[in-house]
Amino acid sequence: MNTLILLIVEFFKIGLFSVGGGLATLPFLYNLAAKDYGWFDAAQLADMIAVSESTPGPMGVNMATYAGFHAAGIAGGVTATLSLALPGIIIIIIVYKFLEKFSGNKYVEGVFYALHPAVGALITMACIEVYRSSFLGGDTFIRPVHFALFVVVLGGKLLYTKRTGKKIHPIAVIVVCAALGALIGL
Amino acid sequence: MRELFELYAAFFRIGLFTFGGGMAMLPMLTKEVVEDKKWATNEEILDYFAIGQCTPGIIAINTATFIGTKRKGAVGGFVATLGMITPSLIVILIIASVLTRIMEYEIVGHIFAGIRVGVAALVTEALIGILRSGIKDRFGAVFYVMILAACILFDPSPVYAVIVGIVVGIMRIKLIDKKKEDKI
Repeated sequence: MNTLILLIVEFFKIGLFSVGGGLATLPFLYNLAAKDYGWFDAAQLADMIAVSESTPGPMGVNMATYAGFHAAGIAGGVTATLSLALPGIIIIIIVYKFLEKFSGNKYVEGVFYALHPAVGALITMACIEVYRSSFLGGDTFIRPVHFALFVVVLGGKLLYTKRTGKKIHPIAVIVVCAALGALIGL
Repeated sequence: MRELFELYAAFFRIGLFTFGGGMAMLPMLTKEVVEDKKWATNEEILDYFAIGQCTPGIIAINTATFIGTKRKGAVGGFVATLGMITPSLIVILIIASVLTRIMEYEIVGHIFAGIRVGVAALVTEALIGILRSGIKDRFGAVFYVMILAACILFDPSPVYAVIVGIVVGIMRIKLIDKKKEDKI
């Protein structure tokens, strides 16, 4: 019981103070590993990161579930994840009400007008990060087979949209790529 | 009630097919929320990402709360976020309790390597769409290149890019106002 309350407090704090993507939670989790709760150590945390990155679900949420499970089983996983999400939910609901009040304000609109290209740049950076985990790196800067598959998939998808005006569903792309990965032995 | 269920189901699917950090949700998010359900536009998604970058919490959760709140108020915000985190709870709890060794199988590594290539292609396509709707004129294009160059060179926290965007946005409005006054 005590562990669950500790989990609520610790993961609420992580949700409240990690600003940005899922990776922002990592320093806090390493901090938890160093504390003497005995929930998990830094080596276990490294394994959890590897699993969280490649399994379904946003990485930050996966990390919370995994870390909570290590601390207190299934109840711990659920508790940690809900506690992590709660601050974000509350804050965004407040921000939304605030924005609604000021919608049509020329300064608010002007700010978002400039923010769109800035956030576009941030998403481009995140996209490069995704390239790093898929076809960049290795011994030769670009992993040739991975890169070839990337070009084929992207080219095929764009071409299909151009020809038919329809889009191939992202789920279909992920399933096909998973099968190809297993077949080619990527 | 029905729309709440739709919110939950849509974000459940988004959560289930997001592999990696928050931005990996972008392809499924634009498919479900922008193209299929028309709950938000590409521009609004950019707004939410901008706010998500500089408010506490994980971006995936912040974005889900935003769209849920827009559709169905605070309850919608909670329901959409719960949908988003449910797949993580199920998948990770199964892996952690039953399949602790799943990552050690060679075939699993190949499957995930394939998925990561697919995600890279999907994120690229979603990025093209987002940039097309987010960059409308020469100001946008120049500002995009400047922020991107600064990010590549200095690798700052994303919060700074958002702060610069806010400052430039306010200055731009002030400049436009001043030009109008000068004309009068």
